[in-house]
Amino acid sequence: MSWLETLRTGWSAVRSHGLRSALTVLGILIGIAAVILTVGLGLGTQKDVSAQISSLGSNLLIVTPGSSTGTDGVRGGFGSAATLTRSDAEALGSTTNAPDVGAVAPEKTTSLSLEANDTNWTTSVTGTTPDWLDVRSRTLETGSFLTDADDTDRSKVVVLGSETATELFGTTRVVGQSITINDDDYQVIGVLAAQGASGSDDLDDVALVPLSTASEELVGGFSRNSVSTIYVQAASTDQLSAANQEVTNLLLNLHGITDADSADFTVSSQDALVSTATAVYRTLTVLLTGIAGLSLLVGGIGVMNIMLVSVTERTREIGLRKALGAPPWAIRRQFLVEASVLGLAGGVIGAALGILAAHVLPGLLDTSIVVSGAAVAGSVVVAVGIGLVFGVYPATRAARLTPIDALRSE
Amino acid sequence: MADLFPTFTMEPAPQPDDVPVIELVGARKTYRTGSIEFEALRGIDLRIEQGEYVAVMGPSGSGKSTLMNIIGCLDTLTEGEYRLAGEDIEQLDEVDLAQIRNQRIGFVFQQFHLLPSLSSQRNVELPLMYREVPVAVRRDRAVAALQRVGLGDRTANRPGELSGGQQQRVAVARALVGEPALLLADEPTGNLDSASTDEVLGLLDELHAQGRTIVLITHELEVAQHARRIVWVRDGLIQSDEVIDR
Repeated sequence: MSWLETLRTGWSAVRSHGLRSALTVLGILIGIAAVILTVGLGLGTQKDVSAQISSLGSNLLIVTPGSSTGTDGVRGGFGSAATLTRSDAEALGSTTNAPDVGAVAPEKTTSLSLEANDTNWTTSVTGTTPDWLDVRSRTLETGSFLTDADDTDRSKVVVLGSETATELFGTTRVVGQSITINDDDYQVIGVLAAQGASGSDDLDDVALVPLSTASEELVGGFSRNSVSTIYVQAASTDQLSAANQEVTNLLLNLHGITDADSADFTVSSQDALVSTATAVYRTLTVLLTGIAGLSLLVGGIGVMNIMLVSVTERTREIGLRKALGAPPWAIRRQFLVEASVLGLAGGVIGAALGILAAHVLPGLLDTSIVVSGAAVAGSVVVAVGIGLVFGVYPATRAARLTPIDALRSE
Repeated sequence: MADLFPTFTMEPAPQPDDVPVIELVGARKTYRTGSIEFEALRGIDLRIEQGEYVAVMGPSGSGKSTLMNIIGCLDTLTEGEYRLAGEDIEQLDEVDLAQIRNQRIGFVFQQFHLLPSLSSQRNVELPLMYREVPVAVRRDRAVAALQRVGLGDRTANRPGELSGGQQQRVAVARALVGEPALLLADEPTGNLDSASTDEVLGLLDELHAQGRTIVLITHELEVAQHARRIVWVRDGLIQSDEVIDR
């Protein structure tokens, strides 16, 4: 009996019990679709997260105060976590000190209330330098950005995020308008183009002022010279790790620290942030896929159940086939093929359904689902495999029937 | 009749003349259920030559069903020897027995045992499917066998669409298609009305006339009298073995 004929016999046996087979296939199908969706959702979330981190800029190193490497509790220099200063940023910007560094943008952020006409809006007011625009890969919608002259003069000028401008004025055409921060009037000189992507709203809700203005006019006091973050852009992607090394060494030097383990700052690359974030989602994906896999297992038990029923029902047929000369392996193969046909049907339909859902769901749930070819192919293979594995016992039982008993059964 | 189908002869496969089709020597079969032993066959010697038409008779419990299972290679002896067309059956395992059944024996059962989802032609093809016969050859031989039993116009019908007598004739065609050395019929008329019984027995008579070796197991004397020799079995032993003169 050829494979093709065995396959045809299996298919007609599956078809002759349409509803029963359909329900069994449903069990497999749900499992396969669930696996494809959870894997897709996991990959999609990872992609979203890395896209968000990438939207901070490109080739970035992010220097933050405080040390995260100590195991003996909270570390940090004077002023607790405020260990980075404007002069650190300026030192990093020098090409002699750090040749692989392209541009540097320190940020000094504080939360303040902005007033315009009779409305007010509380947002993060960030003092920074002209390089910020390049380093953070942002563009202006209208107006101009902060200049070195603004910084030198401690000008009271402000560049607003598109959302901030809309909240205050109802429009982004606000260049030349004036807003009030801490009872001082600031002139709006530009508005940032919206970063767009949802989930990154805060990128559009900002107010940027010259760093000196922020230090002296808005914050003042003991921590006036500290900055909250320094964004360092490597000159190119290839120079990223060299830049990382230079930044770390230079800052250790400036802060008079000899042991790198007790550094009072942290340099993280975008890659590190991405891999940290994706590691979390990968764990989640594995967990969810495991749960989806359980439903596949249940589907497999369904296949086994139905195959056992099928063997019992067709005992006489098995007896006849054996009497007519079917060797045990032919009988076993017939039932194994039948079980794999169930698995294959579940796998293919489940994959189709999973792919369909992956195209429909993102629109409804506001998440990305990435259908991976490997996951689809893998789950179809797994579905057939489940059919096979759970078909082995019923098929072996069929093959072991003795023709006399099988023929006599009612 | 055979002239009508020159491509595929429906005659039995050629064999040396001096080899008996069935040769049982001191055949014993013991069934064991827990500690209880039951001797179904208690030492049977039986020799059936080529071309013979033998009826095996006996009341229920006599051991004739066991004898049929042994002759049909569906079961093996506890003790004794069985040679089918010269081949020693006692030495064979399950796979070899399946092959022997496939090539040497054509079964006809009381309940027909046709597969309801297959057409009569596909039912008749079954023994050839386990013999790796090419599809086209198989189909032609199945059609020829169906024509031989007078059902050439019913090849596409399923068993449910045929009368009992026609179904049993399909079963006979299935038994013939593999050109076996032995046609083994177990109560072939047990489920048939008298008209169909005559139809099937007439067919067996014809096949015998063409030189087939037929063993018929029955408990009806009327049926057994179609054979040329009647073997009576009782309590696991052969009680009598007589040739019927015509």
